[in-house]
Amino acid sequence: MIHKYVFRDRPIVVDVNSGAVHMVDQVIYDVLDFYDGRKCDRESMKKALTVRYGEEALREAQEDIEELIAADMLFSEDSVSEQIFESKKPVVKAMCLHVAHDCNMNCAYCFGDKGAFEGNRCLMTLETGKRALDFLMQNSGSRHNLEVDFFGGEPLMNFDVVKELVAYGRREEGKYDKNIRFTITTNGILLDDEKIAYINEVMDNVILSIDGRPEVNDRMRKTVNGRGTYDIITRNYKNFIEKRDGLYYVRGTFTRYNLDFADDVRHLLDLGFQNVSVEPVVTSPEYDYALREEDTEKILAEYDRLSDMFLEYAAEGKPFDFFHFNVDLNQGPCVIKRVSGCGAGTEYVAVSPEGDIYPCHQFVGNPLFRLGNLADDAFENKLFDLFNGAHIYNKPQCRECWAKFYCSGGCHANAYHANGTIMEPYGLGCELEKKRVECAIGIQAYLTDEYGEGVLQER
Amino acid sequence: MKRVKTIARPSLKDAACSTGCGECQTSCQSACKTSCTVANQKCENIKRR
Repeated sequence: MIHKYVFRDRPIVVDVNSGAVHMVDQVIYDVLDFYDGRKCDRESMKKALTVRYGEEALREAQEDIEELIAADMLFSEDSVSEQIFESKKPVVKAMCLHVAHDCNMNCAYCFGDKGAFEGNRCLMTLETGKRALDFLMQNSGSRHNLEVDFFGGEPLMNFDVVKELVAYGRREEGKYDKNIRFTITTNGILLDDEKIAYINEVMDNVILSIDGRPEVNDRMRKTVNGRGTYDIITRNYKNFIEKRDGLYYVRGTFTRYNLDFADDVRHLLDLGFQNVSVEPVVTSPEYDYALREEDTEKILAEYDRLSDMFLEYAAEGKPFDFFHFNVDLNQGPCVIKRVSGCGAGTEYVAVSPEGDIYPCHQFVGNPLFRLGNLADDAFENKLFDLFNGAHIYNKPQCRECWAKFYCSGGCHANAYHANGTIMEPYGLGCELEKKRVECAIGIQAYLTDEYGEGVLQER
Repeated sequence: MKRVKTIARPSLKDAACSTGCGECQTSCQSACKTSCTVANQKCENIKRR
């Protein structure tokens, strides 16, 4: 399987199964239309293209294509054995720890019921948090690197417990030969100097929520009293990044109200933030701000605008990091990672303040997806087979999709919320993901072609 | 080759038969929380590097 497209006037061909990426000329780009798998319909091709390109060019193009095929870099076969899924053991290595089911903000699009997740507003106790870390370490098999994201609600509302849990994790990880990486996702309201100093010391990554321009942010991200949060959080975030010596992302959500979200990215860059992630809102279609099918074209064009901006900044010597444009084409994740997906419900779980265990944060509060409780005598993941089986080879739309090794089948929660099943991906999400992958690959190709640096390896 | 510039060589076949080491970051923990992408995750397999 191949995928070909044009990125800023440069024809690009992705060999899906090998991961090879080629920048080609227009002759090859057009000749490839006459290949069905590895077989070329030469007669039709000559009839259609000889006048335009001439016999010599067509012969050269075919020689190059055949050379790539012989090197297994074009139309290569899929070599993944589906048996890998059957042999996968239930190992938990990452946890979203809901230390606070309460929030000091009232965001219009919150998927967490303004922090309560369809339950009672409450904070996680230290005891429950410790049990959760024990659970993670005891159920992680031979995995050495473990992850714990402090999440909510707003996790800084339970900051003392966060600190105690980090200390506990550090004490206990050695006993199990583990390395826990702590991260935190915050809305920024309570991010004062003391918390900044602590977070900088212990957190591997920090996610700072903000949507971009003042009017865009304040329309959706409000205090409980209905006031905008932009002024407070930008002040706190600027203070934070001045002191930060480590990874962070400012992360926004775009909705139907700001389909021109590239301007929000630009605004965040102008504020001095270097690492940016902006994501499509996930919500029920009944809301005005929900993305609609009819918005697709506009959103895709906006990713093109964002790509242009990305390259413009790079050319000016001011490169930035946009989360979804990051792709390592030569030494990225192995193919097993790429077909296994996000790990929700298998190696990734979320734990509520009550100690209930769910496949991920987006399923918290849904009783159909409750996997158990930390207080149970033993944990048996009753949905392991369901989630383990929800991989790209079991989903027809994914199996036939060129982007499957970049996206790995998409978000189970999005699929469930859109279609009532985790086996059918969220259509609009797929279109956006494919576009982002095209942009990410295109940017790498463009930079390599333009500047000859980075990923190009001489053949 | 005259008409092709290879930007990335095949990278998906090496580990196709093994079960992966599983040490890499869980994608949704990094900076998204709402839209899964795996190809931007870093490989943490020391042997592979």
